[in-house]
Amino acid sequence: MSCQCQGKTGEKESKYEIIDRVVDKYQGQEGSMIPVLHEVQQAVGYLPEDVQAYVAEKMGVPLSEVYGVVSFYALFTTEPIGKYKISICLGTACYVKGSGRILEEFEKKLGIKVGETTKDGLFTLEACRCLGACGLAPVLVVNENVHGRLKITDVPDIIEKYRAMSREEAS
Amino acid sequence: MEMVNLTIDGQEVQVPKGSTVLEAAQKAGIDIPTLCHLKDINKIGACRVCVVEIEKARGLQPSCTYPVTEGMVVRTNTAMVREARKAVVELILSNHPMECLTCSRSTDCELQALAKKLGIKEIRFQGENSNFPMDTSNPAIVRDPNKCILCRRCVAVCNEVQGVGALGLNERGFNSIVAPAFQHPLSEVNCVYCGQCVNVCPVGALKEKDEMQKVWEAINDPEKHVVVQTAPAVRAALGEEFGLPIGTIVTKKMVAAIRRLGIDKIFDTDFTADLTIMEEGNEFLHRLQNGGKLPLMTSCSPGWVKYCEQHYPEFLDNLSTAKSPQQMFGALAKTYYPEKCGIDPAKIFSVSVMPCTAKKYERQRPEMMDSGFVDVDAVLTTRELAAMIKEAGIDFNSLPEEDYDLPMGISTGAALIFGVTGGVMEAALRTVYEVVTGKTLEKLDFVEVRGLEGIKEATVDVPPVGAVKVAVAHGLGNAKKLLERIKKGEAEYHFVEIMACPGGCIGGGGQPRVTGPERMSLEDNYLDLRTQAVYNEDKSMELRKSHENPAIKTLYEEYLVKPLGEKSHHLLHTHYQAKPKYQVLAEKEC
Repeated sequence: MSCQCQGKTGEKESKYEIIDRVVDKYQGQEGSMIPVLHEVQQAVGYLPEDVQAYVAEKMGVPLSEVYGVVSFYALFTTEPIGKYKISICLGTACYVKGSGRILEEFEKKLGIKVGETTKDGLFTLEACRCLGACGLAPVLVVNENVHGRLKITDVPDIIEKYRAMSREEAS
Repeated sequence: MEMVNLTIDGQEVQVPKGSTVLEAAQKAGIDIPTLCHLKDINKIGACRVCVVEIEKARGLQPSCTYPVTEGMVVRTNTAMVREARKAVVELILSNHPMECLTCSRSTDCELQALAKKLGIKEIRFQGENSNFPMDTSNPAIVRDPNKCILCRRCVAVCNEVQGVGALGLNERGFNSIVAPAFQHPLSEVNCVYCGQCVNVCPVGALKEKDEMQKVWEAINDPEKHVVVQTAPAVRAALGEEFGLPIGTIVTKKMVAAIRRLGIDKIFDTDFTADLTIMEEGNEFLHRLQNGGKLPLMTSCSPGWVKYCEQHYPEFLDNLSTAKSPQQMFGALAKTYYPEKCGIDPAKIFSVSVMPCTAKKYERQRPEMMDSGFVDVDAVLTTRELAAMIKEAGIDFNSLPEEDYDLPMGISTGAALIFGVTGGVMEAALRTVYEVVTGKTLEKLDFVEVRGLEGIKEATVDVPPVGAVKVAVAHGLGNAKKLLERIKKGEAEYHFVEIMACPGGCIGGGGQPRVTGPERMSLEDNYLDLRTQAVYNEDKSMELRKSHENPAIKTLYEEYLVKPLGEKSHHLLHTHYQAKPKYQVLAEKEC
């Protein structure tokens, strides 16, 4: 049943092979749905419908049950995440220092709404609650990198920095 | 059994350990209102309508999930309790479309009844209203998520009773919605249209696709010749819609009522149920004697057929090729009947009254046009028939008793019991035994295959064939267990009956609803009451074996020639096709 094309080329594990491996690892364990989905998302990047359906079949539960869990928890996503995930803190300290306006500026400059990913797959924009770095307010993280004491004028520079980084990696 | 003593509203009650406070209160004759609770199916304490005060417990507790303990003191009727219940229902109503007058559940809605019972005169809360699209994607079931109160009865019945899991609770908070995964329409998922969700919905969020208008139009059209067939299980439940006790058989009043709707002929699906036995019984013998695929599995239940196609395609060759009685009737209503009576088949409008929502889907399957027309033009559920009788101003209970029209109105007790789990098997055994042995069957009642146990087995000695091993499952959750056993080689049978709905057709998705509070107050399971009525009626019938039906004998003599013959093959048999359970995985193969 599993899709063989990627497996045969020997390049990398196909998403269905990933699911086989993860579900087998949790075989017979009660309440393993969330850890399974978490690991699959880490490996595949996101949880689109075919991935959820395959997990459901592999675990012997209906797709509706898997989707119920995925759609309930904010940590799961059914959309691909960009190469760089920009999480802007909207916690109290950051918010009073204008992080809301910074978020708007990112939306304008990237042409996407919060929760969306740019068409080129480079950026995903997210809002989060307190990052525990109120001293740096307003603050955001791009993947693991922290950018603090932001001004609106920093927005284009941050975007360009990661675009350049991506171009460099590509070349 | 260990007993527990507690006090409810000052009254001492003794109940078995493990009972809930709700069950204890019921035993004491104390009425606690409920909404999401459904006996034996949904016990999750989601709606909080049944809250009570329990001494030493924190806050108010839902009585439907709270277990009794020794010496517990419960109060069900305090100011705090009444206020909390009102607030809960008002909150539900604050996001409920107030279109009660035109809602299909008007006067029959559990939420409406509860609002009245709790004395709700105004709704103190105002807020956003849900605005989800309606799901009218399929021929059987309509979903209106805006009317949904998130009680999850449908989710419980779809997942736990039926084991299908087409419905689930999606998203979170205000966005919560009961729907298939990804909010897909039912037509694009593994829903089998059994309609069990429709039966348990307390409000107007789940209902059958309305075909009443179509039938009225045909009745009003002088060019149309409207013939009606009524399924065996309809007569065992229709009376409930007119205030009669559960378990009242109303065959003859039903015939009178349908005639008064203005139709041309009223026939009986039981006639083609007898015919099904002739075809399927002979198919069974043919497979048994010629090394055909066994076990033979019945194919009368369209919900089961779709389930098999989507969930267990490996068993498709086991399914009997015999069409269901509805579809056999449909094929004959536009061939044999008009030929015999000199009517233009193009003018015939064929209506079936079914205890079933999946029959609406079955009639629209592309295979079901063997007469050269759409074999069945409209399917009404038992509920829809009752609504039409009411709309026509017919006083059902004072109607005279009338008989079906001829010739397709003659039937046997064997056909009648098609309506209950085990009935098709029993009817088949009555005929197969006599056809094979050439002897008269001494004892007609095969009690081993009767009753509400999920899976039933029996071995019947049919000389000279030998021991015939049969199994019966009702409710798809039980069917799944049986199929897994067969798949793993843990059990072997010659003949298997599967009905999609619990209890068989008498518990079908198109039958009169039995509300949560009614299920609580009934001493017996309502399915048992309907079942008993059917068996009593069978016992009282003159003819109880399908092969003894004189009208069926004539049908073979005049038209079909013989079971499994060429004409039968063309009109009365069909084929099945594996269908993907999840479309998205069918497409994934590179």
